[in-house]
Amino acid sequence: MTTKKIIGSVTLVFVAASVLLVFAVSFLPVKFVVLWTDVLIFILCAMCMGFAAYASQHEHLRAPWREVARDRVGVIAVVFLSAYLVIGLLDSVHFRMPLPDVKQSTEQQYSNDVLSVLDWMATPVREGVEKSYSAPFAAHLYVKETVDLPDGSKVRLYPRLQHGGAHLNNPEQERSGDILNTSLSSIFEGMVVWAVLTVLLISWLARRHHRPVSEMFGLVMRGRTEIPWHVILLATAILILFAMLAMNLSGKYHIFGTDKVGQDTFYQTLKSIRTGLVIGTLTTLVMLPFAILAGIAAGYFRGLADDVIQYVYTTLSSIPGVLLIAAAILMLQVYMATHPELFETAAARADLRLLFLCIILGVTSWTGLCRLLRGEAMKLREMDYIQAAVAFGVGHFKIIGRHILPNVMHIVLISIVLDFSSLVLAEAVLSYVGVGVDPTMNSWGNMINSARLEMAREPIVWWPLLAAFIFMFVLVLSANLFADAVRDAFDPRLRRSGLRACL
Amino acid sequence: MTDILLQVENLKTWFGSGAGAVRAVDGVSFEIKRGETFALLGESGCGKSVTSLSIMRLLSQPAGQVVGGRALLEGQDLLRLPEVKMRDVRGGRVAMIFQEPMTSLNPVLTVGEQICESLRRHRGLKGEKAQAALLELLDAVGIPDPRQRALEYPHQLSGGMKQRIMISIALAGEPELLIADEPTTALDVTIQAQILELLRTLQKERGMSIMLITHDLGVVAELADRVAVMYAGQIVEQASVREFFNAPQHPYSRKLFDSLPDINKRKSKLAIIAGSVPNLGQEFKGCRFADRCELAWQTCRDVEPVWQISDEGRGIRCHLYDAQLLSGRPVSQVAPVVVEEEVVPEKANQQISLLEINNLKVHYPIHKGLFKRRVGQVHAVDGVSFNIETGRTLALVGESGCGKTTAGKAILQLIRPTAGTVYFQGTSLNDLRGESLRKRRADFQIIFQDPYSSMNPRMRVADIIEEGMTALGVEVSRQSRQARVDELLTQVGLSPSMKYRYPHEFSGGQRQRICIARALAVNPKLIVCDEPTSALDVSVQAQILNLLKRLQDELGLSYLFITHNLSVVAYLAHEVAVMYLGRIVERGTVEEVLQNPRHPYTQALLAAVPVPDPDSRREISPLKGDMPSPIHPPAGCHFHPRCPHAMPICHDIYPGETVLSDKHRVHCHLYQDSAC
Repeated sequence: MTTKKIIGSVTLVFVAASVLLVFAVSFLPVKFVVLWTDVLIFILCAMCMGFAAYASQHEHLRAPWREVARDRVGVIAVVFLSAYLVIGLLDSVHFRMPLPDVKQSTEQQYSNDVLSVLDWMATPVREGVEKSYSAPFAAHLYVKETVDLPDGSKVRLYPRLQHGGAHLNNPEQERSGDILNTSLSSIFEGMVVWAVLTVLLISWLARRHHRPVSEMFGLVMRGRTEIPWHVILLATAILILFAMLAMNLSGKYHIFGTDKVGQDTFYQTLKSIRTGLVIGTLTTLVMLPFAILAGIAAGYFRGLADDVIQYVYTTLSSIPGVLLIAAAILMLQVYMATHPELFETAAARADLRLLFLCIILGVTSWTGLCRLLRGEAMKLREMDYIQAAVAFGVGHFKIIGRHILPNVMHIVLISIVLDFSSLVLAEAVLSYVGVGVDPTMNSWGNMINSARLEMAREPIVWWPLLAAFIFMFVLVLSANLFADAVRDAFDPRLRRSGLRACL
Repeated sequence: MTDILLQVENLKTWFGSGAGAVRAVDGVSFEIKRGETFALLGESGCGKSVTSLSIMRLLSQPAGQVVGGRALLEGQDLLRLPEVKMRDVRGGRVAMIFQEPMTSLNPVLTVGEQICESLRRHRGLKGEKAQAALLELLDAVGIPDPRQRALEYPHQLSGGMKQRIMISIALAGEPELLIADEPTTALDVTIQAQILELLRTLQKERGMSIMLITHDLGVVAELADRVAVMYAGQIVEQASVREFFNAPQHPYSRKLFDSLPDINKRKSKLAIIAGSVPNLGQEFKGCRFADRCELAWQTCRDVEPVWQISDEGRGIRCHLYDAQLLSGRPVSQVAPVVVEEEVVPEKANQQISLLEINNLKVHYPIHKGLFKRRVGQVHAVDGVSFNIETGRTLALVGESGCGKTTAGKAILQLIRPTAGTVYFQGTSLNDLRGESLRKRRADFQIIFQDPYSSMNPRMRVADIIEEGMTALGVEVSRQSRQARVDELLTQVGLSPSMKYRYPHEFSGGQRQRICIARALAVNPKLIVCDEPTSALDVSVQAQILNLLKRLQDELGLSYLFITHNLSVVAYLAHEVAVMYLGRIVERGTVEEVLQNPRHPYTQALLAAVPVPDPDSRREISPLKGDMPSPIHPPAGCHFHPRCPHAMPICHDIYPGETVLSDKHRVHCHLYQDSAC
């Protein structure tokens, strides 16, 4: 009955969302573009929500997640990961702006640039293009240029930037004061936003636990709640402060400088988040069916099925992954070059390449999980409860579905979370080698790849690499810490090492 | 006072902190004299192992904390010793052996190296001297060919051998006190008898003290001089072994004795201890046993009993022995409560054969090499024949590795037999395949040994019980299935309201009840019980045995009861078949086999069972050696290498069946002539 209710409410939400979407599409003066990866990302999100709804009804699934929520490091990681996730999702709603009606034609013309909500929100940063390199917070270009003076003479100097620090009259004197002022006011704004959030959270908690707000406040601040809300609030405070600083400062300066063609590096790193997330999550989505089906089939049926599956994955894992990936990507490139008519926009091309990269990464990386699942299924098929099910004459596929699959899900989950960070890193490596995502697509790998030349310059251009590094580092670190928390929560040995084992 | 070696005073070990701390050991005091064997007896979770770990300061930190008390080893408080000095005590003055010899040895070091490690640490012996000491030790623990064995790795040794090695490591430091934590629980009875004998001789030779931790009354009677009974973190009774076994005083101790199954209790229900051990994470107001005690009155629930020592030196923690408080006992209860001796009449033998097994064989091929050539086979079950009649119980008895579980699974066609026939009500199960076999599965079910692994932890109890009904189409509608689940739960003594819980919320005994309910759900005629009580405590075992017996009477079930525990056999079975190395060596009715065993192996098996009676300490030398590998069973009679009566003919020819009576058959050359 409860499951029915949940399925009902989930469908309701979906219907409502799609109605809203159709509504928005028909009324907004833009043309929505649905890319392949967007679809998959939203399907994935829907699956996660569905799983969450299902898990909340089942104690044995809910308990480990509660354990994750109690882990202080884990919740900090969750806060940071969700910030990344929000940016990634904002960057996954694409549309094309209408062009001003020049030809007076009846049909509305749309721009060829596919924009995302994130692009739209960051319009000033996106459009604030300089001529070439400029250092973080600089008001002048990083390279000398010959400038014609009004009197006709030519001088070589560092010209003023068109956007970064353009509001200053005398950058040398005013700049630090201006940065300081902006920072202070952003910190103040951040504090206000955080305070509002805290009050909202505590009053929600108070209502939920039926306690007066003041008492709840004390409990939260002293860390006496089951979920460490005070840690979450602290992490949120840090996050909001940085977000405010970045927002206010990037309106006036290029906080991470600009790249060779004068694009803002901070904007590029933000755009790279989606690429990283897509690679990290969609690859697993591609890999899972292979790994689960093949792994469980090999372990449960043994015999011939086991031999064949083992043979396939041993062969596959003995071919260097980069080789397969390079071959597949090059083939795709050729195909796309010979069929340009299939792609309406450059974004669609880049997106298909990204999707293909995910697929091929998934095809090469399912072997590890498959091997794990094979071993686990082999162990489980000898368990007494499976023997009991056999003694009841339960069919093989029912046994797999009812007894084996639920009991290997924790392994699947742990390996998804653990694989995520290594896949994000793999993207960087592949792009560096030149077989990664499309060169026009923003990604940390492409940034690092271009940094190869920038680091060799004199004077050295260091900020694109640093920006990519910081963002990737925070994402991978929080993904790893989250993975640790998840693994600890799902590991029955660790759970049992509590009181019961000692007695 | 010099004869007291270890004196433990008011030891308290808690896990966790605050009000919810688990008081695993809560004020335990005892003393161990030089050269004596002191037994700490109790069921699982009573805190006996934690006591020994606290004394050795081996508790897992920081969860477990010793919060009070002293442990004086010749006046020196071990609990306050710096860690550096404690390391001299551990292994040097106090040594310890553990329950599981399989996991106590390092698999990548030879056993010689592991013993030498202790010799070097505690006696500073190196090189030649260490070698000599090593051989001497191995010899002392009865390892044949010590020079060769010292160079072997743990996996090359059998379980009994490993436990001997563990003992020799413990002895290497020449300890004054040996703490033996369930030293024989993981071993077979014949091996257990060897190890107990070894401990007894070693103690006699070296004059060391032994602190024996066990749950087995038989082992206590065999080995101990004094015994302390632990319950819920406290010692409730302490006495010399003779006094204790003659007249246990505490109600808990008495119940323990009553719940032991044996042949004399066949006709009655076993006494059970109602309820379960209280949660130790609370402060106790009254007696900890009060809720389960039939003799308890109000005072027991309000006043905590104190430790009293009688004139003879017996200690007890019970209000029944406190004259002052006893006078306040309500008169209506002063009369001793007679335990209801419900006489269950044995049903007349109906002589309808339900299951007939002929020459059942299960061989596992061993493949080796690149092309998986078949190089041999494991003769797990090698020609077993018996039959079971409706409403009767056949016990299949044997030591671990003799193939009794495999035989049970082969009968249920969970493992396909290599040869032989299984006739169930006239149908040959071997010939059934696929759907037709699936339809018959409702008739025979299985109950497993380990109640923890026999239920899917991710399913609710109702779903678990329902599974068989759905698969076999026993009850078609959902409502009727649910009603049946309720009925089954009631039948096995659980409440129907428990059906929406998950297995982990239940205790071992309750889980076993759920497993029984699951098997009953499809209305089977035969249930294969694969050691259903060996993972349970004695008092819980009694509950399950009672339940099985009652269900047999009510439903006319037949049981194939697979076990190594002969006292359970004596209580429950009608017929017994003794298995050795894949073959049945003797079978007959319970009375015939247990009271008049003919095969030397059956005789040895019966003799090896420790009897909970210190007066009957046996002088029989236990069976030598270990069970041979079923890959290369000995030629001739499988038992001849260990048999005290082996004759030349035993080396060559496997003995045929000798019919001794209507039911009693034996495979032994000793009786061949008499039959001829």
